[in-house]
Amino acid sequence: MELASQIGGSVTDGLSYIGSLASLGGRAARDIFIGPFQGKPLRLGRAVSQAMDVGVRALPILSLITFFIGLILALQGAYELRRFGAVNYIAATVAISMTRELGPLITAIVVIGRSGSSFAAEIGTMRVSEEIDALETMAISPVDFLVAPKLIAMIVMLPCLTVWANAMGILGGSVFGVWQAGFTFIRYMQVSVDALILRDITTGLIKSVMFGATITAVGCLEGLSTGVGAEQVGRSTTAAVVKSIFLVVLEDLVFTALFFFVGTP
Amino acid sequence: MERDDPVTVSAELMISVRDLHVKYGATEILHGVSFDVKRGETLVIMGGSGSGKSTLVRTLIGLEKPSSGRVLIKGKDVAAIGEAELDDVRKKIGMSFQGGALFGSMTVGENVGLPLREHTKLEDSTIEIMVRLKLEQVGLQGFEYYMPSELSGGMRKRAAVARALAMDPEILFFDEPSAGLDPIIAAGIDQLILELKRAFHMTILVVTHELASAFLIADRIVLIDRGSILAIGTIAEMQSSAQPRVRQFLDRVPEVETAKESDYLRALTEERKIGRT
Repeated sequence: MELASQIGGSVTDGLSYIGSLASLGGRAARDIFIGPFQGKPLRLGRAVSQAMDVGVRALPILSLITFFIGLILALQGAYELRRFGAVNYIAATVAISMTRELGPLITAIVVIGRSGSSFAAEIGTMRVSEEIDALETMAISPVDFLVAPKLIAMIVMLPCLTVWANAMGILGGSVFGVWQAGFTFIRYMQVSVDALILRDITTGLIKSVMFGATITAVGCLEGLSTGVGAEQVGRSTTAAVVKSIFLVVLEDLVFTALFFFVGTP
Repeated sequence: MERDDPVTVSAELMISVRDLHVKYGATEILHGVSFDVKRGETLVIMGGSGSGKSTLVRTLIGLEKPSSGRVLIKGKDVAAIGEAELDDVRKKIGMSFQGGALFGSMTVGENVGLPLREHTKLEDSTIEIMVRLKLEQVGLQGFEYYMPSELSGGMRKRAAVARALAMDPEILFFDEPSAGLDPIIAAGIDQLILELKRAFHMTILVVTHELASAFLIADRIVLIDRGSILAIGTIAEMQSSAQPRVRQFLDRVPEVETAKESDYLRALTEERKIGRT
């Protein structure tokens, strides 16, 4: 009985959290897509500077990580493929697993670490130092002012980063391909591109847009609900990272299942 | 007594608070507070730490919701009106927060100009001029390109006042204007409040626990103790009050031990009650 009520409690807590996320994301989306038609200016300047932070500055570390992931994929794949004498399938294996799965996922996780956490810390610090209250007393909506530009930046930049991550992963795989599997670099790239169909890329991109919205909503919600005191900012930041990773993986599962069962041609 | 008057909406009455109760979770912070602020008046809300004075101001500007009672600002009930109407009320008030609450990612000038850029259709060049004027009013001319972190505590407070003044508000709120400042800088802030009052006939509401500052700037003082109003009156009325708690506050008598003991006992019994359920 006790256990059942505990499970029920966590389920309703979880659902209400997702409800809050949806409500925050929805308000920000309204500010972005409907606000401009009601005479409210879109804060493009702020969105661009956020996009620089979320996207452009993440490129070096993301490139390095996905390059290594591509190389690791090739090594691990070849370990098994070698037994069947099929090492030359390595290019297709890497290309498909990168674009369909690992590209979007690794990108999301890197962005959670860099930007999801910083959203929570930034907004949390503003909450603690009464800056959020100041915005409200100036009749400026914090969602409109803080969350909407971040949401624009995320849903634009995350797909871009994902495409880049896919390319870097394939590049990483090509190192193994050229070195151990007898490909020339050009040939490896040709095989990789031939192995991909447009669907592989678009499913990854659809996922990455959803991931971007999730990361923004979680980071901003955790920041906005920061309690009193500096240590609370740390707590919100941790919560933002942990919850974002969990939700991104959950979404990934849902979408992958959806594409698998519904979308099979 | 004035606080029992029915609410009459007149041009003279800027703020009316009627039987205001505010709760944080299960604990009630304010137990039925009522008072009025007239146009052009400077009202100082005084009280010790934890008396509920900051909560009172936060409720007045709509940051906290009252559990019961009414807050009328220029005749509009802040807790009952919709978001758009509340925003209209807020455009008529300016608030200077305890720590300044300037946005760290913007320059001082951008901070002061933010309400103008958000709520008016003025040209950038006009806003720049207005920002310069507001900064001059608080004695910070030439600081528009500094970041808030480059300013001293007193300057940051002044910049916050300039931002609160940006929309030419009718009512100005100050939360602990001299907290954390040395006596000279604090006196400067008091002087600034007096100047604003003289020059613009603004309605000003100040929360503070500094006696000297309160006696200097106040037309009337509201003394709050443990979430209820202990006394309302002019400075002279306050000074001649014979109420023991008022005297204790004004004469800076330290809290007597028995009070703490009763708190301790109450905490103990409450704990036991919780334990039993």
